Amino acid sequence: MSKTSGVEYSRVAEIRGPLLVVDGVERAAFDELVEIEDNEGNRRLARVLETGFGKAVVQVFEGTSGLSVSGTRARFLGKTMQLAVSDQLLGRVFDGLGRPLDGLPEPVGKDFLDINGAPINPERREYPADLIQTGISVIDGMLTLIRGQKLPIFSGAGMPHNMLAAQIARQATVVGEGEEFAVVFAAIGASHGEASFFQRSLQESGAIRRSILYLNLADDPAIERIITPRVALTAAEFLAFQLDMHVLVILIDMTSYAEALREISAAREEVPGRKGFPGYLYTDLATNYERAGRIKGKKGSITQMPILTMPSDDVTHPIPDLTGYITEGQIFLGRELFRKGIYPPVYVLSSLSRLMGPALGKAIKEGKARPDHHQVGNQLYNAYARAVELRALAEIVGKSGLTGADLKYLTFGDEFELKFLKQGYEENRTFEDTLRIAWDVLSILPETELTNIKEEFIQKYYVKRV
Amino acid sequence: MAVKGKIEWISGPAVKASGMASAKMYEVVQVGEERLIGEIIKLTGDIAFVQVYESTSGLRPGEPVYGTGLPLSTTLGPGMIGTIYDGLQRPLDVIAKKAGPFITRGITADSIPFDKPWEFDPTIKQGDTIEGGSVIGIVQETPLIEHKILVPPNIPKCTVKEVAKHGRYKADDEIASVEDKNGKKHELKLYHRWPVRIPRPIRERLDPVIPLLTGQRVLDSFFPMAKGGTGAIPGAFGTGKTVTLHSVAKWADSKVVFHIGCGERGNEMTEVLVEFPELTDPQTGRPLMERTILVANVSNMPVAAREASIYTGVTMAEYYRDMGYDVVLVADSTSRWAEALREISGRLEEMPAEEGYPSYLASRLAEFYERAGRVIALGTPERTGSVTLIGAVSPAGGDFTEPVTSQTIRFVRTFWSLDARLAYSRHYPAINWMTSYSGYVDTVKTWWESNVDKEWFQVRADAYAILQREDALKEIVRLLGPESLPDEEKLILDVARMIQIGFLQQNAYDPIDAYCSPMKQFKMMKMFVIFYQEALKALRSGVQLARIRGMQVIPKMLRAKFAIKNEEMDKLDQLVEEMLNEFRSLYGVKEVQVVE
Repeated sequence: MSKTSGVEYSRVAEIRGPLLVVDGVERAAFDELVEIEDNEGNRRLARVLETGFGKAVVQVFEGTSGLSVSGTRARFLGKTMQLAVSDQLLGRVFDGLGRPLDGLPEPVGKDFLDINGAPINPERREYPADLIQTGISVIDGMLTLIRGQKLPIFSGAGMPHNMLAAQIARQATVVGEGEEFAVVFAAIGASHGEASFFQRSLQESGAIRRSILYLNLADDPAIERIITPRVALTAAEFLAFQLDMHVLVILIDMTSYAEALREISAAREEVPGRKGFPGYLYTDLATNYERAGRIKGKKGSITQMPILTMPSDDVTHPIPDLTGYITEGQIFLGRELFRKGIYPPVYVLSSLSRLMGPALGKAIKEGKARPDHHQVGNQLYNAYARAVELRALAEIVGKSGLTGADLKYLTFGDEFELKFLKQGYEENRTFEDTLRIAWDVLSILPETELTNIKEEFIQKYYVKRV
Repeated sequence: MAVKGKIEWISGPAVKASGMASAKMYEVVQVGEERLIGEIIKLTGDIAFVQVYESTSGLRPGEPVYGTGLPLSTTLGPGMIGTIYDGLQRPLDVIAKKAGPFITRGITADSIPFDKPWEFDPTIKQGDTIEGGSVIGIVQETPLIEHKILVPPNIPKCTVKEVAKHGRYKADDEIASVEDKNGKKHELKLYHRWPVRIPRPIRERLDPVIPLLTGQRVLDSFFPMAKGGTGAIPGAFGTGKTVTLHSVAKWADSKVVFHIGCGERGNEMTEVLVEFPELTDPQTGRPLMERTILVANVSNMPVAAREASIYTGVTMAEYYRDMGYDVVLVADSTSRWAEALREISGRLEEMPAEEGYPSYLASRLAEFYERAGRVIALGTPERTGSVTLIGAVSPAGGDFTEPVTSQTIRFVRTFWSLDARLAYSRHYPAINWMTSYSGYVDTVKTWWESNVDKEWFQVRADAYAILQREDALKEIVRLLGPESLPDEEKLILDVARMIQIGFLQQNAYDPIDAYCSPMKQFKMMKMFVIFYQEALKALRSGVQLARIRGMQVIPKMLRAKFAIKNEEMDKLDQLVEEMLNEFRSLYGVKEVQVVE
């Protein structure tokens, strides 16, 4: 692709939002990287979105403010956007396009990778099966995280998703291996507060040495956000599939990402889908989320934890909705639990880990997990669902309208929230601890109510009360 | 003579090329110096609008476009079973061997192995008359599938001039030479090609009267699917669509199963690839992979190929149908396919209808589902086969009134409605028994009555009635609490709950429960109906509800699905006996008066 490299054009026909239309362009490639230079000689990066009939529509990552129709020059670089990767990336802080922010020089690239990546051949994927112990009961017991999984946190404004993500990043291990995760953290339109909280948390635990931070903060150019997750995932793929590391990627906040996408789509006057988001939002999100997983014959893995704040806590909003269709489950934070002061406020009835069932089944068969683990998880769900249903009923008919068994469920619901769900930000529980607490709260219910659990486990673990 | 044009404009998967005046609609073209595969979807003057099936990143105006003169086609012959294809019928394992773990572009791969010799056994001889669709011989493709070699459907009536002897041949070897009445010779091989967008012709359509058994109680017993039927399974994310579809793909009593992963997760296809070789078919005891074909165009693979993947899959399915087999095709998810249509339509700058979807969404869906059916195939000897189409729908925001769901409902006869509330309480499969329906209950009734039990229809109706009454009572309970109901109605709630836990819920991961035979389904259903009838009698004779609720047999009935294997039907009979005995004991001394 070197044919046109360095060719410069200066006939800017139109500037529209984040887009620049360059005229008289002969052979710009689709997706080609462009350098835009303004009157004062300042440079910005851009990318070709549409090319042909003598025109190129380019998207300027750092925004178009200050650019003028005359005097702006566009240099087509003859290559698509690439990231220089090497183990020197570890411990560093970059901006949303991968340029150093920490005052240190550009890392020396061992390899240059296209930031768009390429789809993993499904035939070569390794099915994720190693259980991660996060030390958080509700996740380990009911939403077990699996190495290579993509499990988002659906949160809302003001809720402690960043604490939860930081706690997971700090505590996550695979039992028996004790290997620590490398963390790739991408702030996508996140606030300074959120980013510095995370940075501090990594520093305190010493994890910063095996972390890479990409920061596009709330006051950074919005269009850059399209690139930030791709840059972060490219670095993660390098660490996982070339350096054999287990990588945890945290993307915060995917809502800002989707909004940047909408901004470009609107500027291109595309036919909008739901809520003005482009019709290809699903496919576009998938090209990021699907870059998680494991590959046959490779030691490393990418576990992805995107965080998104649901506008007005609405899970049917296109961003959480489409995310949920792509990711392998979701951790849903509940406003009501948050108000009650319960941390982590995970509302289990809307949460799910899709890989938990098959992975636990395998782990149990191989003796790596306790055989009652899955059934206990299911029983907790069912019982809590019943408790929530009865709570609503009790509000209408009063407790006197409920049967004796129903009242036990109400007690169960409260104890579940206070003992099992609630735990400290620093508290790291083992799988064994989690199951012990689970049996403790389940034993509030009569044995006959535990229909999800096999008789032998009830015999063994049920806590008989006087 | 195939055309050669020039790229004028590129935007994502859409390319405009000039110099294409003699190109045909839906012709396959090779785009750019890397010869990426594309298909012409619009022609204006000498400009062709091409949807490109691979990433166009780095493509430049001025690069060449080569016509092929051919429509997008599938290669149909032995060697397809057990393969995982992409949306253009390229085997993904071959791509991986050429390109490594990531899918790069411009890779060519044969759809079937042309270098592998197959043992061919002719079923025709010199002088026989054959026609399009006729069987000319047999190849044992896998231990489960006898692959019948078919004459391409578009060949007229011919006389066999020459036919190969029993022996080993490669797909491309000539195995028969035939001559039509005009004296024109046709060479026949072990394979032929067929365009994906044209349904393979048939002789006659038949009524779908045989149930497609999936071993899933809520489906088979309450909302049955028929062989050759159509169904949709809509549900918001997290409602277990994929697990339910996998269960159908695993256990359906059909000869060949197609699983199309259309814009879904990569790991889901991997799961099938890991799991199916280890699972055995309940009918034959052979690994499930020996009857399965996968088409994987996952969500981050090029969107235009996603649009094609559904047609690629259904064309291959029709081919196995034409051999005289029952074929099931599950497509997960048709919503992603519709989104691909929408994206291409947007690039074409067509006037959108609802929510940006093109106005032809409905007609495309209708065309697709019309490719289902139970049919008599073309040619000789006479064969009956079927294609059953089951499409997952992923409604945006779980809203069933959105365009893809509401249009799909118009063209399918079975509707398995997944319910987020059931899924959240871990009631799996989360199929809502009130909003789901099946248009095949009456057509498959005769089969159940003559193969399982003549009471089937009645028992099903009785069991369903209990669920219906519970649904109505739930409203009252919501307002006034359960204690406000009379005992007979409380009993309805209890039995309905028993049916939900003991019958409707089914654990796809439990070795015994994952597949439930028709007989076990019937006997379990009948057990709950008898329980209700007996309990009602007992209540009316003055037995207290609390004593019925405390019966020892209830937990056993609820665990029967896990505890009693499909082969142990006598144990279910014993359980019913035990239940009746316990009822007798409730009456105490009055027993004599009650037993009729």
